[in-house]
Amino acid sequence: MSTGSISPALGLDAGSSVAESGRGARSRARPAWRHGGRFVLGLLIPLGLALGWELATRAGLAQGRLLPPPSRVLGTLLTLAQSGDLWVHVRATLTRVALGFLGGAAFGILAGALTGTLPLARHLLDPGLQALRAVPSLAWVPLFILWLGILETPKVVLIAVGVFFPVYGGVSGAIASVDRKLVEVGRIFRLSRLALARRILLPAVLPGTIVSLRTGLGLGFLFVVAAELMGASEGLGYLLVEGQQFGKPDQILAAILAFAVLGKLADALLVALTRPLLRWQDVSRDVL
Amino acid sequence: MLTIQDVAKTYADGTEALAGIRLAIPAGEILALVGGSGCGKTTLLRLVAGLDTPNSGAIRLDGAAITGPHPGVGLVFQEPRLLPWLGIAENVGFGLAHLSRTERRARVAHVLDRVGLSAHADRWPRDLSGGQQQRAAIARAFVADPKVLLLDEPFSALDAVTREDLHHHLLTLWAEARPTILLVTHDVAEAVALADRAVVMRPHPGRIHDTVDIARPRSGDPEASVAATRALRAKLDASLGRTLSRTAVPA
Repeated sequence: MSTGSISPALGLDAGSSVAESGRGARSRARPAWRHGGRFVLGLLIPLGLALGWELATRAGLAQGRLLPPPSRVLGTLLTLAQSGDLWVHVRATLTRVALGFLGGAAFGILAGALTGTLPLARHLLDPGLQALRAVPSLAWVPLFILWLGILETPKVVLIAVGVFFPVYGGVSGAIASVDRKLVEVGRIFRLSRLALARRILLPAVLPGTIVSLRTGLGLGFLFVVAAELMGASEGLGYLLVEGQQFGKPDQILAAILAFAVLGKLADALLVALTRPLLRWQDVSRDVL
Repeated sequence: MLTIQDVAKTYADGTEALAGIRLAIPAGEILALVGGSGCGKTTLLRLVAGLDTPNSGAIRLDGAAITGPHPGVGLVFQEPRLLPWLGIAENVGFGLAHLSRTERRARVAHVLDRVGLSAHADRWPRDLSGGQQQRAAIARAFVADPKVLLLDEPFSALDAVTREDLHHHLLTLWAEARPTILLVTHDVAEAVALADRAVVMRPHPGRIHDTVDIARPRSGDPEASVAATRALRAKLDASLGRTLSRTAVPA
């Protein structure tokens, strides 16, 4: 992508020292200890609950047969990791999420861009897509299995469908709400349709698009579980099913823990990748 | 020479915004369009900018009809309308994409220096005050070296001190290439401070009520400035159907 118009590439030579004190100073990183402190703060409640449950089980206040103590869950996770099984399942799940997310996001962005910019496409496509969106995505599963078999394809397609709708809605909504006044700036400078799209519309819709991608990614993880629950021989969802069938709550919790970590990491990765595109945003999070 | 020939504009909802506007503005003149709200000042500006088209009549720049946004016509909006994802220097150079990087930098640096924003070249628009942002917007219009510059109440949201500061910057920039300026304002003092001539407009539908020639105060004659202020205010009041006494200026 050409980011020439997004990054401040036109900075004046004489102003490079200003960049340090000006924009650079504004967006400087927080002191490391504050960042670390916030991280610890976020862990406080989950760790506290885990510790409380561990102590309660040890003290015999609760019996850990159906709700195993954290030590046993971690032990199971460790065993799975050491045997190499965990990585097989993680890889299977992440591959499905990644393929489904990429497919769903690509089609979502394409359809959103089409309906957002071309009235004909909007009138033609949007009502149908809105109706399809009203269908719970899981309702497609039987059809996907009939059409696409029971292997990887229906799983990836289901995830893609789940990712598609929030991305589609987010992108077309972001385009619809682009400030007309900024578009007029483009008109005054006689931008061609293509230049208008690249230099005004694209940067203006990026924030909304990225929010919708994050929502889509979250739904990708939701639907990978659904897909794997319905029949899979590997994947974290398979660990869930197997844990239920063989009465291994520690394995179920281990898989859930893995989902929590993977989901958070995937979201953090998406945020980190897109942050350079949104440095200009005056977000309240910087202040609060 | 910018000529506006019998221009009329009626909006789709039936609002008659302008009727029978006829004006000839010689190159290099600073013309103020003064009037109350609803008298079509902004509509006229948008027609000259080519953002809207008149229902009848024509607008010509040096003989050629203006039918859309024109390379010789720049516009400064009421709000700065800087693009929030570009730094100040890039905002100012926004209309210079056709130039080489080197030339673009040089021109942007020059105009930023003229409006006193060199130190802010690499900042985001959000880091600047309203007055600084509007200065950047004026620089963005000037840097493209237009023959005609349209200003749509660009100072109306600013405090009095900032406004005077911007008047100064505007005249500094204007003195370099002397473009024709059409300044929409409802501020009599502003019109007198900047313009060679003020056109008073009257609403429903918008048309020209009267014209006042202003001996520029920058020629240093306070008497002339007071006289022009008084004359302009009287005509503005008359255009609004008000009596002179209410807003008369003491001599």
